[in-house]
Amino acid sequence: MVDPASGLNEIADVRIADGSITEIAPDLEGDGAEVIDADGAVVAPGFVDVHTHLREPGREDEETIASASAGAAAGGYTAICAMPNTDPVCDTSSVAEKVWALGRETGLVDVRVAGALSRGLQGAVMADIGEMVHSAARVRMFTDDGHGVQDSLFARRTMEYLVAFDGIYAEHCEDAALAADGQMHEGDRSAGLGLRGIPAEAEELMAARDIALARLTGCRLHLLHVSTAGSVELVRRAKAEGARITAEATPHHFTLTDAALETYDPLMKVNPPLRASEDLDAIVRGLADGTIDAIATDHAPHAVEEKDQEFSYAPPGMLGLETALALGLTQLVEPGHLDLSRLVEVLSTQPARILGLTDQGSLEVGSAANVVVFDPSARWTVDASSLQSRSRNTPFDGRELTGRVMHTFFGGRPTVHDGKVLSEATI
Amino acid sequence: MIKHLLSMDQLSADQITHVLDTAEQLRSVTDRPIKKLPTLRGRTVCNLFYEASTRTRISFELAAKRLSADVINFSADSKSSVAKGESFKDTAWTLEAMGVDAIIVRHSSSGAPHQLARWVKASVLNAGDGSHEHPTQALLDLFSIRQHFKDFEGLKVSIVGDVLHSRVARSNVKGLVTMGADVTLVGPPTLIPPQAAGWGATISHDLDSVIGDVDICYLLRVQKERQNEQLFPSLREYAALWGLDSRRQARMKRDSLVMHPGPMNRGVEISADVSESPRSIILDQVSNGLAVRMSLLYLMLGGDRPDSAGTVPELSEQLV
Repeated sequence: MVDPASGLNEIADVRIADGSITEIAPDLEGDGAEVIDADGAVVAPGFVDVHTHLREPGREDEETIASASAGAAAGGYTAICAMPNTDPVCDTSSVAEKVWALGRETGLVDVRVAGALSRGLQGAVMADIGEMVHSAARVRMFTDDGHGVQDSLFARRTMEYLVAFDGIYAEHCEDAALAADGQMHEGDRSAGLGLRGIPAEAEELMAARDIALARLTGCRLHLLHVSTAGSVELVRRAKAEGARITAEATPHHFTLTDAALETYDPLMKVNPPLRASEDLDAIVRGLADGTIDAIATDHAPHAVEEKDQEFSYAPPGMLGLETALALGLTQLVEPGHLDLSRLVEVLSTQPARILGLTDQGSLEVGSAANVVVFDPSARWTVDASSLQSRSRNTPFDGRELTGRVMHTFFGGRPTVHDGKVLSEATI
Repeated sequence: MIKHLLSMDQLSADQITHVLDTAEQLRSVTDRPIKKLPTLRGRTVCNLFYEASTRTRISFELAAKRLSADVINFSADSKSSVAKGESFKDTAWTLEAMGVDAIIVRHSSSGAPHQLARWVKASVLNAGDGSHEHPTQALLDLFSIRQHFKDFEGLKVSIVGDVLHSRVARSNVKGLVTMGADVTLVGPPTLIPPQAAGWGATISHDLDSVIGDVDICYLLRVQKERQNEQLFPSLREYAALWGLDSRRQARMKRDSLVMHPGPMNRGVEISADVSESPRSIILDQVSNGLAVRMSLLYLMLGGDRPDSAGTVPELSEQLV
């Protein structure tokens, strides 16, 4: 059992009853309970994804709240946070409540909702922030993800306003003018491939601005999908100075570099783009030393026909929910960059804290039984066609990875058993 | 020979020489009363052009016809084809289903020929993809240079202008460096990516400091449609600092040449009198394109492969 929140890291049995963890001790008696043999497996608090694109409402052909929930459960998640760039945009309490309610109806994970900072993600007029905070969805994180907020005064004002609710200002750091029409990371490869580059500085300038504005306003700042060595360093320094800042990194940014673009495969197109190997190394170090708080998937489903286009027309984004744990184990734990406990911390403990989810990210006795059981050494090959997602745009199809989810429990109920997602009917 | 021609990266110095030698032999066809060889009879070549082109498309069409291939032309403005109509992949599959043997593709999106090559069994020839490459242009340029200089080794070539957005520049740098030439890229820093230092070329921002020393001054087209991107203050200033006019040309070595891939902006990167001067081989480049493209189609579509009797017909025999 590995639970960084309570410092637990030992071999033990766990008893779940009435939705809660009721007992943790070596060699518990069966007492007529259903017994799951987890010999050799890891029992950890269910994972929490701060950054998921559910596509519903608007693009239900690509993903629905139900299919994303199933993918999340299969990946060991018990909570996900829906990004607001849907159609309609989640900039009102009615959309937020609808997404939240559909998540509850599906019942496979806790679907939290991130609200837009601005109406229609236009970066000009504030979204209904307070109403979303006070809605049934109890929105806590706000972002215009997909776009950075270009207007510094608007960024300042929304940060100031969010202080009233202890809301989190989450930024997709990208200076739009510098990144304009960029297709990939700017560097040797973009120059050679003739694809317009997005310089690391497009991200770092906005990260630096936001850190300064967070200091000015006292607002909580969360940097989404940090992808460059410079951004990691900015976060490191800001934290050393005591700023209220958290940061996340995606599995693809600690696994792939811009070398993957050599074949012009649109599956490798993502925003922020896959960066240079120095950036990847900095992300790994940042995850190891605590600069980066969480692994977030930026799960971004796209229809086959959208990705099967010319590289420059294809939309950016990759699936992530069902491969995040295995990539963490394969890329971070196996090579010795992170120990297992730190991996659980960045997949569960910390993201639960960022979102303020007190019933997630912990295995303490008495807490809600949001639990994942995974085999840390099982080898498996990613098969895009067998994913739970309605989309197929994983860049890892055919890749052999280590570590597989065996069981997931959400609120004490099994959502995944022996690697199979249990549909609503069987729960 | 290679199956697809996507990038000059694919060709070694020996292979480039082979393409140019074959082009040399095929060039004579153009001078004959009946300008046609039976080599690719029964083969089908499709020109798939998603971007406007005159010389490249006509040159490929003529090259295929001179080798007796059947030619289909498919032109679609890339933007309108995205807005409505068939996707690139469906078009590729349609052509595949009709059994074409080669697809010559031009596209505004870098890498489109690479994607196409993954979707079809036909040979794919890159006729220019975005800001990436234009390998047949590089080969016809090498052919044109070879008509005047015996050896590429140590040849001093300056490529002047918008290297950043130029597929001609990328392919030419690769081809020239492979053949042993000394390449210098000249232009304002906004148009020369610093990473080009890793391509085996040197970088200069001062045309006047290099012009006296070059064997070939290769001028790139200024893409006027990029004027609003603030890459340089004005066309006038560009012409003054990086354009080749008669004053600069006067400082060039005897026997040095001026090249341009066309279409030219006279008065910007090249003055009218320079473009028509004896140093200019710009029209030779155009006519050589035909022979080089014939050579590529001939080699890539198996003109030199054994026939049913197991004999490889010598090109020289076919030319008799």
